This record gives sequence, C-alpha cells and structure tokens, in this order.
Amino acid sequence: MGIVTPGFRGRPRSSGPELPPGQYLTEDFPVLSAGPTPRVPMDRWEFVITTETSREHRWTWDDLMALPSETPTVDIHCVTKWSKLGTTWQGVSLDTLMSDVDTAADYAFVHSYGGYTTNLPLADLLDGQAWVAFKFDGEDLHPEHGGPARLLVPHLYFWKSAKWVRGIQLRFDDEPGFWETAGYHDYGDPWREQRYQGD
Amino acid sequence: MTDPHLDGNALAGPLREIFAVDVTAATSRCAACGLSGAVAALHVYPNAPGMVARCPGCEEVVLRMVRTPDAAWLDLRGAVSLRIPM
Ligand SMILES: [Zn+2]
Repeated sequence: MGIVTPGFRGRPRSSGPELPPGQYLTEDFPVLSAGPTPRVPMDRWEFVITTETSREHRWTWDDLMALPSETPTVDIHCVTKWSKLGTTWQGVSLDTLMSDVDTAADYAFVHSYGGYTTNLPLADLLDGQAWVAFKFDGEDLHPEHGGPARLLVPHLYFWKSAKWVRGIQLRFDDEPGFWETAGYHDYGDPWREQRYQGD
Repeated sequence: MTDPHLDGNALAGPLREIFAVDVTAATSRCAACGLSGAVAALHVYPNAPGMVARCPGCEEVVLRMVRTPDAAWLDLRGAVSLRIPM
C-alpha cells in the first residue's frame, strides 16, 4: 500500500507562493486612502455606465442586487508593494453589466463617490476579469475598503480597483485618472512592474 | 514682428529662489472654494500611493506629490496661487 508523503514531490513549500516582482506578502488588509471616506445613502446610490455617444445605463442598489453575482477568489497587488493572496469577494461581473451596452470604445474612465478617478482599457474590464464588488470575505464591504461597492480588477495594481465606484465612462481615448496624472502608470500590470510612467 | 517671449530658462533664477523655501509657510488659495489658508493647515492623506493635501473647507485636492525612484511629481492645479513669504 502506498504511503502519502506530503512535500516529497514538487517544489519545496518554503519557496512560497509566487508574487509579482518587488511585492511582499501581507496577511492583513492595509487601508489606503487619498481622502475622506464618502458616505452614500443606499437609496441614492447608483452606478452608471456612459457610452461614447452619451447613452447612460443606470443601476440603483436594488437593481445591482437583483443581478446574478459571482464569488471570485483572487490575489491582489498594491503598488505600495503589499500583495494579499486568495481574497474572496462577491460582486456583479462587468460582463453582466456590459451585456446590453452597445459601444465601440477602447477605454474606460472610472469615477467614484468622493471624486477619485482611474483609467484602463475596456478590454481589461471584460471576459471575467472585473467585478463591481459589494462583499469581502462574506461580509458587506466596509466603507474603508470601498463599500458599499468598489471596482475589482485584480490583474492590475489595486489603485485601478476604484473604491466607492460610481460609474464608468466609455471613451475612444485614454483619459488619465487621479494617480495616472501624478506619475503612476497608465496600465499598471504588476507582473511587468508598471508602477510609474515610463516603467 | 516677433513675439516678445523668452524660453523657460528665464525662470531658472526666480524659481530656484522659490523652490528653496519651506512651502508649508506659504498661504494657498483653494481652486474649488476660494478658501485661503496656510499650507500647513491642509488636510494631508499620507496612506496612499502619493501625498494628497486637501482643503480644510471643502475637502477638494489642493496639492499632490508623488515620489518615484527618479522623480518627484508635483500637482498644484487645485491651488489658484501660493503666497510665499520672502
Ligand atoms: Zn476648498
């Protein structure tokens, strides 16, 4: 009979999970904030996708809750160099929100309650890569972490995952957002270490 | 007819004088609400990818600074002016 010997095959466990270059692993969830935490009454909360022809697609909180949601488990990487692995969320896929949106735009300009903005290619929001997330670790998303709802785009640095997301403007051109106008990279791929302009 | 402007090198002397001072002693005027006050009285949010300084009156961004390994990015578009005592 066979005896299973854990750790006998494969890479030694001490090598740990693979992180993007320059990142370190953290177990807690640091709060980064560029301003006061906005408080939005749920009866006035809305999420709006605006196309390049100014066509608006709006969801109230109840509309969002009525949509099918997903529970992605993903790794997140902050440009301030911490990474957190295996985080669990609940949210509505951008594929679902975009299903009735007719657009030829290439870029998305994301804006938030409180005035924060960020930009990314529209393609990076589609094909199961992005969500409007409203739960973290099974609990309602805490306001400090972007609740009631934040964008979740885990394959890019976490500043692209806009907290307190309010809407997305679809555009033909790439309009730089809050950090992108102040030296940070327009795309922000952690695996290529695209932290700053020119990286 | 020639346009009577110089190139930016003409700023070297005057700006060197300004950028050597302690800017926290300056008075800034918020571009959003017009409030004037000491830069030292701005609300600064340091736990972010850069330093963000906001108006104590309306919380709009007055000044941002990002330090990269080889550059500093200074954004003052939220300030109408800085009055720097000399
Ligand atoms: Zn102000």
